[in-house]
Amino acid sequence: MNATLRHAAWVLRGNPVTLLAGLGTFVLLLLALIGPALLAYDPVASNVPMALQPPSAAHWFGTDQLGRDVFSRVIAATRLDLAIAASAVALSFAFGAMIGAFCGYIGGRLDRWVGRFVDVLMAFPLFVLAMALVAALGNRVENIIYATAIINLPFYIRFARAEVNVRRNLGWVEAARCSGHGPVGVVMRFLLPNILPAMAVQVSLNLGWAILNAAGLSFLGLGVRPPTPEWGIMVAEGARFITSGKWWLVVCPGAALMFAVLCFNLLGDGLRDILDPRLRT
Amino acid sequence: MSGLLSVADLHVSFTTRHGTVPALRGVSLSLAAGETLGLVGESGSGKSVTALAVMRLLDRAAQVTGGRITFRGEDITQAGRGIMQPLRGAAMSMIFQNPRAALNPIRPVGLQIADVLRAHRALSAAGARDQALDLLRAVRIREPERRLGAYPHELSGGMCQRVMIAMAISCEPALLIADEPTTGLDVTTQKAVMDLLGEIIAGRGMALLLITHDLGLAAQQCDRIAVMERGEVVEEAPPAALFGAPRHPYTRRLVAASPTPRSEVHTLIGLTPPLAVLAPPPGPPLLEVEGLGKRFGPGTPAVDDVSFRIAPGESLGLVGESGSGKSTIARLVCRLLDPSAGQIRFSGEAIDAFPAARFHGHPRRRDIQLVFQDPGDSLNPRFSACQSIADPLRKLLGLSDPAELRRRATFLAERCGLEGSLLDRFPHQLSGGQRARVGIARAIACEPKLLVLDEPTAALDVSVQAVILNLLDRLRRDTGLGFLFVSHDLNVVRMMCERTVVLQAGRVVETGPSARLFSAPTAPYTAALLAAIPHFNPPAALTPAARA
Repeated sequence: MNATLRHAAWVLRGNPVTLLAGLGTFVLLLLALIGPALLAYDPVASNVPMALQPPSAAHWFGTDQLGRDVFSRVIAATRLDLAIAASAVALSFAFGAMIGAFCGYIGGRLDRWVGRFVDVLMAFPLFVLAMALVAALGNRVENIIYATAIINLPFYIRFARAEVNVRRNLGWVEAARCSGHGPVGVVMRFLLPNILPAMAVQVSLNLGWAILNAAGLSFLGLGVRPPTPEWGIMVAEGARFITSGKWWLVVCPGAALMFAVLCFNLLGDGLRDILDPRLRT
Repeated sequence: MSGLLSVADLHVSFTTRHGTVPALRGVSLSLAAGETLGLVGESGSGKSVTALAVMRLLDRAAQVTGGRITFRGEDITQAGRGIMQPLRGAAMSMIFQNPRAALNPIRPVGLQIADVLRAHRALSAAGARDQALDLLRAVRIREPERRLGAYPHELSGGMCQRVMIAMAISCEPALLIADEPTTGLDVTTQKAVMDLLGEIIAGRGMALLLITHDLGLAAQQCDRIAVMERGEVVEEAPPAALFGAPRHPYTRRLVAASPTPRSEVHTLIGLTPPLAVLAPPPGPPLLEVEGLGKRFGPGTPAVDDVSFRIAPGESLGLVGESGSGKSTIARLVCRLLDPSAGQIRFSGEAIDAFPAARFHGHPRRRDIQLVFQDPGDSLNPRFSACQSIADPLRKLLGLSDPAELRRRATFLAERCGLEGSLLDRFPHQLSGGQRARVGIARAIACEPKLLVLDEPTAALDVSVQAVILNLLDRLRRDTGLGFLFVSHDLNVVRMMCERTVVLQAGRVVETGPSARLFSAPTAPYTAALLAAIPHFNPPAALTPAARA
């Protein structure tokens, strides 16, 4: 463990961007946890006399059409957006890694059937599929999570399957069989722990994408409903005022969204470097 | 004397995050035109670094910190790309270890040879093609016209190495560097490739720097041999002097550890002969294999009608070249694969009918264990040595008390010569020999009756191999284990096994007591295999046994 930390520190020293991304992610998590408690304004309380004020010392990001403080809303939205993305990615990771690992190890008919299912799933435009799922399941936050999880599932299945496939005939897998492990034991105790580092990279890259996806669905009016603060809705609502020069309504939540996606993607790239065994000498 | 190449007091160090690590610590070599110099030593001794330093192909992390490299009277120690580019390929060229990896997989080999030619000479496409064809003829590839358009994956390993040689000699370089040119090739292929290489450099007056871990190969090919240990040349002499009377202790150890047709397991590490093998208890054979066959898809079967038996406590050798089906047989016997035909009986009990996919739950599982070839990939990277050794105890014996598992793992590790303090290390923190010991400790953890060894020492240095072979031999004498010893190295099999089965293309060519089989083979294939082994002891190479 100590060696892993030292290695991470060594990679980070040569890679300040990852360090920045890590810091950004940390700030995002912090905001998600304690941000709402620190706010000066109630993110959902309207104050119509103060509507559509440009950014000022009192309202750093200005106010929206109902006079709500945009800064407070952007911060308050962090928790919901991160929670949606994290639960969706956790779901697809847990199921996808497991299904993919078993397909890769056992092969045969299971692999063929799951493979075709994944192909079918990927043949749909994924965002449209997510919209259809939310529309069919009902317009609720959980359903955004399920829809995002389902459209991410194929990537995890394929990734885990490929990672397991290159390892399934290695000596230590055969040794595990000689030591009396059946397929379940081999996959759960041997293969999954070994593909975990590679999957962690995928998870981090995928988080950014899941945030975009959740925001995209809310932008279209699916899932999260007003007045709940959420970056996608805020962009959607602000879009009506952009022609009249009220840029802060769109730019501020948009920038927060971009910041989050960027942080997770850069962190994913950095994780790949940290976990790359070729750099471990 | 104005040599072709001279390396004087060369120091190279690598910058790692743990500081600078010296790789070469004052290497001096010289090579005259037309001469062959062998560079031998074990892994990590600095052989390849020396070659790469001469070619100026060192990694960015490596720095030449001292010394001089002179090529044709010109100092190239710090030469830049402008000087080296015209030299590489034209005046000095290199043959790499894994020919298939060194060739571009998506370009026909004829074009790859032509590329080298056209990089150094003004040639038309057609002219380069004609010369490439001549070169393929020179390296004696069959049907050279057809091979011009072949991709590397369509050629065998030996043919790929011939193509590499053709590329390396295409511009008639004065110096050829061959870095383990035949490692990974079968002995008969190795012999053909080395004979060809010897002929070509003699015919064209090229100098050869041959890097190898195989003392026999160096002895047969080189005018002089330099022995390297930990970044230094410890001894340099002509082969007869070097092997006849090695002066440096390291050379002596290396010579002793290299198996020859006359060495015994214990002489490899300079021990006295051990006790005789326990007389096998009477009873049914430990393992009986009859008419075993395995077919992977259509085409010729990988294993075809193979029969043999192993008595309790007996060691049976399984030798053959790549593709002979020996590893497949090992996996069939271990019940990791299902046979397509034939029977496998273990202590009289038919175990072939039980599907391999469910054999992990079979009561015989603990009696048949496998030791793997590459100690690097036979251990779970996320298990410590202790966890790896304890895993079969946990699964097959149902032990779960951590203290008990630890105690047993420590005992097994010590039995295999692994210090208890190494038990908490992970595979990447262990050396090759230590990993091999962990693999053996794991295999004997549940006291199996049959140990299947699939090239257990193929990936190890000779000195480590000597120690591991002794360990295995002692284990067998102490416990009365039966061995199925799979190997491509005939000298090793002769030392380790009482009887030997020779395989070719999935079929048994010859079976018999090792002593007889290696001294008077009846099958021509066995004789060809024996003749292809390079020997470093010239008198031994001339005995009728080895030449038969």
